[in-house]
Parts: sequence; C-alpha cells; structure tokens
Amino acid sequence: MKYEYELYEPSWCPGCGNYMIRTALKQALEELELEPHEVVIASGIGQAAKMPHYIKVNGFNGLHGRALPPAIGIKLANKNLKVIVESGDGDTYGEGGNHFIHTIRRNIDIAHFVHDNQIYGLTKGQASPTTAMGQKTTLQFDGVKMEPVQPLALALTMGAGFVARGFSGDIPHLVEIMKEAINYKGYALVDIFQPCVVWNKVNTFAWYKERVYHLPEDYDYTNREEAFKKAMEFGDKIPIGILYKVEKETYEDKFDFIKNGPPLVDRELDPMDAEKLLEEFI
Amino acid sequence: MDYSILVGGEAGQGMDTFARLLEKTLKRSGFHVFSHSDYMSRVRGGHNFIYIRFSDKPLYSYSSKVDIIFALNEETVEIHSAKLKENGVIITDTNIAKDKDAIHLDLIKTAKSLRNSRVYTTVGLGAILKYYGLPLEKGEEVIKDEFKDEIYRVNINALRAGYAMLDEEYKLETLEDDKIIINGNQGVGLGAIAAGCKFYCGYPMTPSTGILNYIAAHGNDMGIAVDQVEDEVAALNMALGASYAGVRAMTGSSGGGFSLMVEALSLAGMIEVPVVVINVQRPGPATGFPTRTEQGDLRFMIHAGHGEFPRMIMALRSPEDAFYQTARAFNIAEKYQIPVLLMSDQYLADSMTTQMPFDFSKIQIERYISGEEAITDEEYKRYKFTEDGISPRILPGKIPGQVVLVDSDEHDEWGNITESDEIRTKMVDKRLKKFEGLKEEVEEPWLIGDERPENLIVSWGSTYGAVREAVERLKKEGISIGALVFGDIWPLPINRLLELKDTAKKIIDVEQNATGQLDSLIREEALIKSTHKILKYDGRPFSGDELYVRLKEVL
Repeated sequence: MKYEYELYEPSWCPGCGNYMIRTALKQALEELELEPHEVVIASGIGQAAKMPHYIKVNGFNGLHGRALPPAIGIKLANKNLKVIVESGDGDTYGEGGNHFIHTIRRNIDIAHFVHDNQIYGLTKGQASPTTAMGQKTTLQFDGVKMEPVQPLALALTMGAGFVARGFSGDIPHLVEIMKEAINYKGYALVDIFQPCVVWNKVNTFAWYKERVYHLPEDYDYTNREEAFKKAMEFGDKIPIGILYKVEKETYEDKFDFIKNGPPLVDRELDPMDAEKLLEEFI
Repeated sequence: MDYSILVGGEAGQGMDTFARLLEKTLKRSGFHVFSHSDYMSRVRGGHNFIYIRFSDKPLYSYSSKVDIIFALNEETVEIHSAKLKENGVIITDTNIAKDKDAIHLDLIKTAKSLRNSRVYTTVGLGAILKYYGLPLEKGEEVIKDEFKDEIYRVNINALRAGYAMLDEEYKLETLEDDKIIINGNQGVGLGAIAAGCKFYCGYPMTPSTGILNYIAAHGNDMGIAVDQVEDEVAALNMALGASYAGVRAMTGSSGGGFSLMVEALSLAGMIEVPVVVINVQRPGPATGFPTRTEQGDLRFMIHAGHGEFPRMIMALRSPEDAFYQTARAFNIAEKYQIPVLLMSDQYLADSMTTQMPFDFSKIQIERYISGEEAITDEEYKRYKFTEDGISPRILPGKIPGQVVLVDSDEHDEWGNITESDEIRTKMVDKRLKKFEGLKEEVEEPWLIGDERPENLIVSWGSTYGAVREAVERLKKEGISIGALVFGDIWPLPINRLLELKDTAKKIIDVEQNATGQLDSLIREEALIKSTHKILKYDGRPFSGDELYVRLKEVL
C-alpha cells in the first residue's frame, strides 16, 4: 500500500450505511495505490455528499443535484485526475435526474457511487425517487403515489457501459466493485444499497441482507439483455455485483486534442496563437 | 458619403448570404460598414430585413433612412418604402411590385438561366455594385473566398450578369481596406479564445448561440473543450468544475438561460472559483422577443443569486470592446476568484460592423495561480484568511500531498463544513473584502462629446453607437452635450460622473429598457438624479438618427 488515507470525524448518525461505504472507498483507493492529490470527489448535497469532508482527497462539494456537471468539467480540464462522484438517491435521481441521463450519454470517465437508502435523510424522511410505491413516510402519510425510478435499468437503457449494484453491508464485495468502477474507462454507475437507520423503517439492514445475493461466477456481464433482467429483479431477491460492463469510447477521447495531448490544464496560453483567427473577418 | 441599403424578404430567401457578400465587398472596397438584422423567430417565412450602411467615415449605428431597398418580395416594398431617402430607389425583380416605381431587373430569370434559382440575390448584388460604380473585382474576390467549385462558378456568373444590368449612378472611389468586419458575438468569442479559455459550454438560445457556434468552430484548432449541455443549470456548474481543475472556463446564454444559472452563480460566489458568464440579453419577461433587443437585465444580474457575495459586471459597447473586455474578464475573475458577468444584447451580438483589427499583443494573461509557496501551514488552506480576502489558489493534482477542497456549505479555511458563528462572520467578511478591491479595479465610463457638457447623457453597453452618433450631430449644431457610456457597471464607477454633475444642467438617461435601471443605480450609488429619461423597450435598437430626434425633444 502506497498511502493510507486520512479520515475525519463524520456527522453521520450512528449505524448509518455511509460509514461502511467510506470504509470500502478508503480501501479501494488504497488498493489501487492512488494518492489523495490524484483523486477528486465531486458531490452534491445530502448525507452521502459530505464524503469529501470525511476522507482526505480533493473535493468539489457543490449544489444539491449538481454533482455530475462539475465532475464533467473537472475531467475535461484535467484528464489525469481520477474523478469520483458521491451522491445520494435524491441528489442523483431526483434533483439531478437530467444530469444523470445526459452524463450517461456522454460516457465520460467518472466513477459514480450513489448511496441509495431509498429515503431522504438530511431533510428528515421524505420519499426519494427510489422509495417503493405505497411506502409511508414523514411526508407521504398515505403512501408514495409514484413509481420508483429503476436506476440500473434506466442507465442500461441510456447506454451506460458499466452498471453495478453494491451493498454497504458487504464491504469486501463493494471494494471490488468500486475498484472496477474507478478503473473503468468511462461512466461507471454503482448504486449502493445502504440502510437509513433513522428514517427508513422498511428498507432496513435486515431487509437488504435477506434479499441481496451475489451474481453467479459464470454470469456474463457483457450481455445487455441479461443485465436488463437482473436490473429488473427487485423483489424477494436482488442481485448485487457488476450487471453490465463493456468497453466504449469515452467522451474525452472523442476530442482528439484531449486524447492526443497533455491535459488542457497544462497547455501553454498565448494570446498570439489566436491572432490567425482574424483572417475570417478580413 | 453615407449610404444605406435595406434588403428584405422572407426567412429562407437567402438574404443573410446576400448581406454577408455585400458587407464584405463594401469593406474590401475600403468603406466603414454597419449592418443590422431585424429577424423573426422562425426558420421560413415571415418578414426579415437587414440594414447595411456604409461610409468613408467610421459608423457607430445603423440608419433608418435608406438609399436602396432591395426587395425580395412585394411585402418589403410595402413595409419599407417610407424609409427611402429623397433620391432613394427600390431594386427588385421584374415580377415583384410591378405597379410600383422601382428598378425592375430580371433577377430570377437570370438565375434560372444559370441553373440555380437561389443566386438571384447575387445577381442583385452585381447590380448594386454597378449602381455605386464599385469595381466588379471586389465582389469577385469575396465570392472566391466564400464559395468553392460549382457554387463559386454560378455565383461569379450571377454577379457578372447583374453587374451588366445597370448603369453607374455613382462613381465611388475605393479606399484602402485596413479593417475587419465582425459582430459582437464573434468579438466575445475571439476575446475568450485569445484569453486562453479552454472550456466553453452552453445551451443554444438566441441571441447568444453565436458565441457557442463561434468557439465550437475553433475548438479543435485551438484546443477548447466545447460542450452543448443538457440545460443551463448544468452549464455553469460544469464551467465551475473546469475552472476548479484549472482551466479558464466560460458559459453564456440569454436571460432565460441565465435565470437557470443563478443557483450556480451563488455557488461560484461561495466556493470562490473564477468563471466568466455572458448574458446576451433579449426582451423578457419569459420568452419575450427571442430575436430582438433590450437592456432589461441589469438589475437582475447585479442581484442574481441567493446570499451576499462579490461579482463584477461589464457591459459590452462594441465588438472591439467585447474582444478586449472579455479577455480582461478572465484576468479579473482569476485575480479575485469571483464570477465576472458580461452583458451584451441582440443588437450588439448580431450587428456586423467594421473595426480596426484587434491587437492581440495587448491581451495579457494573468492567472494568479500559486505553487508550493501557498503551503505556509502544513496543509493547504483553500480559504486562508488574508488582508484582501483573496486566498492563494493552487490546483488539484498539482502538488503531491496537498488537496483542494471547495464547499458550497459555509466552511472553514480548509474548506470543511462549519457551523461556527465566528468563522461564518469572518468568511462573509473575507468574501466581501474582495468587493472593495473591485471598486478600485473598475474603469470609468467612456466620455463622448464635450468634456464639461451642459447636457450630460448617461447610458451603458450597446447604446454606445447610437449615443455617439447623436452626440456628434448635436455638437455640430453648437449644443453643449456629452455622454458617459458605462462599460464596467458593477461595482458602478462614479468618479467621472461626480466630476461632471455640477456643470450639467440636464442629465439625460438613455437606455433600452422601460424602468431606467442605470438611472436608479446611479441614484443609489452616486446620489445623482437624472432630469430626463429616454427609454425604448419595443425590442428594436435605437438608431443614431432616432436618438437624435428624441434628444432634440428634451434639449
């Protein structure tokens, strides 16, 4: 191990799934031998989005729902940075839904870890886009009236090249998924189940524990149809692991001058280089 | 000499191409050119027209009185005939406005005989060049630059055929061609590229799209990542990400899109990441007049964003000003680690005008990025408290062992979330200290006309051209008149205004909005009240001659 990541005291509730996700993240970064200055965590707002404050890395803790656009800007500006997005289910699939869809379309090299507890934590227990229909919450007194978002199926539909699900209660398994996602060249979505011990009395640790199972060894993660089936399996049994992974050209590599040159941030700037552009106005 | 040509017709009839060829030919003939388009928000049909004015002296505005109406349809003749000067003529096709007094030419028939009916406007171009006695070669040269192969050949033949159709009415002397012809959007784009902007993103929105198009066209060549975003919310957030990582970044839109950026503008203020944003204004509220002009967003831009944080706002006055100010905006954004907002409008954005070639050696790139020397404590503090409120800025990934944390929550010096009342107060003060620096940074408004005028006009941004023409004309009549035209407008520079207020008997506010937003800003910042207001908010820009008439009413 090249470097041991420093951790800071979080303000998460005792027993929160975020602790385990942080443990897995720390281990993944250390095992990948990435140093803190080489990594940026972009996040929005919510309990998950506090991650860059609790582990020593570069951090862009922006606005609720807006974790992805800055991450895109960061990657285009400096392709050498490892860009990770940490955000919650409301942040990603609710407020940031449009950015989520269009980031998948771009296939930019970002690892996206969504802490999915199927509830709003920081705002105290309202339904999130992944809360089950009919579930009663602190706001939806007579139950949620909307269908939940199926994030993995949605990502597959949009053409994502890396789609996975993890569980905060299975750290060794989550570490491996995170490492694969960080190393994946392109947009990698990892939806991570985590219990919210305060606000979600339905999707508890035990609820997840009973349902999740590892995808079998011989599962073919390059088969998109199979991945769809697994993504829709959301009942008594829910598969975790890498549902889909194929190679795709990244967004940044589609800019030849980014692909074949130094990071944009390292380019020399000289106003005289632009003087030739006057030509078209003569 | 001072001539004006109006070309009018439906969208899709080829008048943009005609105008481009004519403008360039006139410029290559050594004239000053000012061209203004009046177009509707539609792709086909409707009624659009373009004023193309040219002179041997510098021009700052269009003229609403014209010498030639080049009518591509009957409607153009009906709508615009009243704009003809005394010796003015209508030039049109044989089959258009048959019963009207006009120079009827076989434009369409000739184009058809060349097997490309679309080139009838080029036939007209040839006729107009001949009308003014301009050399055919100037037109040929432009067509050679603009077209290739078969399209080139058919246009050359069309031009020559048109040139043979008329006799010379004038015999204009060509002059030395030492200028460029450019519009405000291109000036902004070129300024950004010269300043080393490496990231630009936007969502298409008239009239700002020209900047996005211009920069995108040079993206590969100049190494600029251009992203067409899913919405303007993404736009400013993305630009902030790029700037955080260390490249000069910019985004732009019109008022509606800028509205969507407002949340992220507040973020820029909080995280102290430099960024340049342009609002190419059009009349609102809401969708308003998509293709027309207004200066209605000044107050909005000064106050946009929740919370209190510093920003600087520059209004652009001409394509040349757009070029230099856009480049300067990047320096100021990085010096103070703030958002710098640029204000343009449809009139400036779309008007093609001749300007002296921009001097790229005048553009300085000043980045204010620190290295190891910024690490005075063991760990880098992104928000270190300093005398002037500006904390040393390092870039993520550049110094091993050091990380850069920016946070939209209230934060401590390291960028970590805090709930401390003491730190909160110090951080607010730190951010607002930068505004004190900006007050020293701003440039005083341009003064046009008399140095100590009895009649003092105050205006800002794109009204510069019309104001300048009107002032020059009134001065010639012996009237004591001058104008202050604000470029830097927030913080409002007030020194020159304070110097002139005591000798000014009348202070006349000239703006393209309904509420006199600059006027109220001056009252607030300088405690000076205007005596008269000349406001226009019909979506059409002031011309110099129109403003002259309106000024006469109050002088």
